[in-house]
Amino acid sequence: MARTKFRFTFWKLVFLFLMAAGLYATFIRFTQGLGASTHLSDQFPWGIWISFDVLCGVMLAAGGFTLTAAVHILNIKRLHSIIRPTILTAFLGYILVCAALMFDLGKPYNIWHPLIMRNPHSVMFEVAYCVMLYTTVLALEFSPIVLERFNLQKPLKVVRAILIPLVICGVILSTLHQSSLGTLYLIVPEKLYPLWYTPLLPVFFFLSAIAVGLAMTIFESSLSSKHFGLQLELPVLQELGRVLVVVLGVYAILRFEDLANRGALKLALHPGYEMYLFWLEISLCIILPLALLLQPKVRSSANGLYFAAVLVVLGFITNRMNVSITGFEGSTGVRYFPKWTELAVTGMIIAAGFALFGLAVKYLPIFSKEELPQEQLAEADSAVPNVSPVMEHAGD
Amino acid sequence: MSKALLYDSTVCIGCKQCEQACATQNKLPYNDAIAAEQIQSDHKMTVVLTRNDKFMRRLCMNCNDPSCASVCPVGALQKTALGPVTYDASKCMGCRYCMVACPFSVPKYEWGKLVPKVQKCTMCPDRVAQGKQTACAEICPTGATKFGERDELIAEAQKRIRDNPGNYVDHIYGLDEVGGTSVLLLSAVPFETFGYRSNLSKDPMPMLTYRVLSHIPDFVPLGGMVLGGIWWITHRREEVALAEGREPLTGKSTAPKTANKNGRKA
Repeated sequence: MARTKFRFTFWKLVFLFLMAAGLYATFIRFTQGLGASTHLSDQFPWGIWISFDVLCGVMLAAGGFTLTAAVHILNIKRLHSIIRPTILTAFLGYILVCAALMFDLGKPYNIWHPLIMRNPHSVMFEVAYCVMLYTTVLALEFSPIVLERFNLQKPLKVVRAILIPLVICGVILSTLHQSSLGTLYLIVPEKLYPLWYTPLLPVFFFLSAIAVGLAMTIFESSLSSKHFGLQLELPVLQELGRVLVVVLGVYAILRFEDLANRGALKLALHPGYEMYLFWLEISLCIILPLALLLQPKVRSSANGLYFAAVLVVLGFITNRMNVSITGFEGSTGVRYFPKWTELAVTGMIIAAGFALFGLAVKYLPIFSKEELPQEQLAEADSAVPNVSPVMEHAGD
Repeated sequence: MSKALLYDSTVCIGCKQCEQACATQNKLPYNDAIAAEQIQSDHKMTVVLTRNDKFMRRLCMNCNDPSCASVCPVGALQKTALGPVTYDASKCMGCRYCMVACPFSVPKYEWGKLVPKVQKCTMCPDRVAQGKQTACAEICPTGATKFGERDELIAEAQKRIRDNPGNYVDHIYGLDEVGGTSVLLLSAVPFETFGYRSNLSKDPMPMLTYRVLSHIPDFVPLGGMVLGGIWWITHRREEVALAEGREPLTGKSTAPKTANKNGRKA
């Protein structure tokens, strides 16, 4: 008991530290401007707030559309039990992406301008619309959880009635949005290093979003089951792990085929800064997770799945950073490393994400099974005894 | 007809009066310290570079089909029919995609200000609209920077190279770089010396993103139909299975699978 108490306090301290540093950095950002609070420059106009907070933030929220598509469109009911935490993660992810944008935009109070000033030729315009619309969709997909909590039956009925069109909208918007973050970089063929510039960027961003969506679902389910003392849905995670292998395999083949077709493969063997970060990315997001997940023993163990999922998430974070930072350093002739204030704001946003997740789990029916219709409820119950024996091995 | 600037670096004497005129025109400070700065910045929209006694101006190329205008989500940057690429700071929200996208890395940002805007040469749109020359062309004592119709300036540039082939690199920079620009450059030494990219495509850059974006209107209804169709099939299958008294495939397959897993493990 004492140990639990200590751990709790430790994380609380970390949280408070991150929040304090972040708030101080926020103060600097909004009183002294971008120049004083970042290492951005005319040569390097986009930094970590775009690379990590926006590009990675959106990518990490991809579990939302992957899982809702699997459950509601493909009708894979056994995934139903993990859909709520996944939607919560996606919803929080998008809220935090919007928050991060308020830091990065030079004039954040003009963020609503795309609503009335339209340039449909701009990828950024599409991104802006997708973020706005998909955040709305996520809010609606999330709303039953809140409505249930306060027992508001009427609006609940309305949301449930439009659930399927809503899910379809969400999947379409996510597909557009995830890929268009890659499309953003299509306009800089002469600036982005050939290991990362490819006309297939939108395809790669989309495919990797699915992979990360699956990996994040495994990651957060494992973490939640440890932290909140919940039953781990191991068979469900094993299922996700199998799909993850396929997605990663397809991604790996396309990635290397594309490099070979563009004649960029020799750059992968050309020693230098770019090469090392390229292989770091490839090892983390392709080689190591595939090597792990292709072994049935790893694929069926809770720890193995968790570890592979963490690798995939880290790997694709590296990928996004490479596309948006590493790939530009050569052509601009400038090395970019974020200022402490940039890191502090990012740290604060991550901390806020964890804290909000914890609060939502505490006060809202995220992990309860109330939302399941009767037949599924029965099924969910019957599934429990099947899981437990596996769980006994999981700790080994 | 669209207007343009022709800068012939072999005629330039590096007096930097264009820099000063530009600063005055755009209400920016100018002094000896700023004159010595050799880079474009938020307070210096044009710069006369010096490399081994050779001069070269850098300024916004005012592309015919500009990346910056194409990527701006709110249309703050616009290509005008007369040639200038203009900027409306009141629309700008500061996403800085124009800075990332510009093939010439021209737009600069007021990093030090709380209400920052993008700064770039806009080819004096007000003066051009009134039928006047740009400030830099008007002040130029040697005629190194010349304002006029783009077609006529191209013909003149070609003539200059033809008449004095030894004086010039045989290339008019801006004639067809990224689909052509409203600023045309002539030089005695390779343009790369002054940081001008030689690897630019002859096609306008905005096509690279628009090729993808233009599929969206088809993708949305198609995607909706496919997803709706899959939903209908998977749920219909379940209905049929229930009606026939079988267990629906999707719902119950977990149990035996899990049992298998356990069996294999044990």
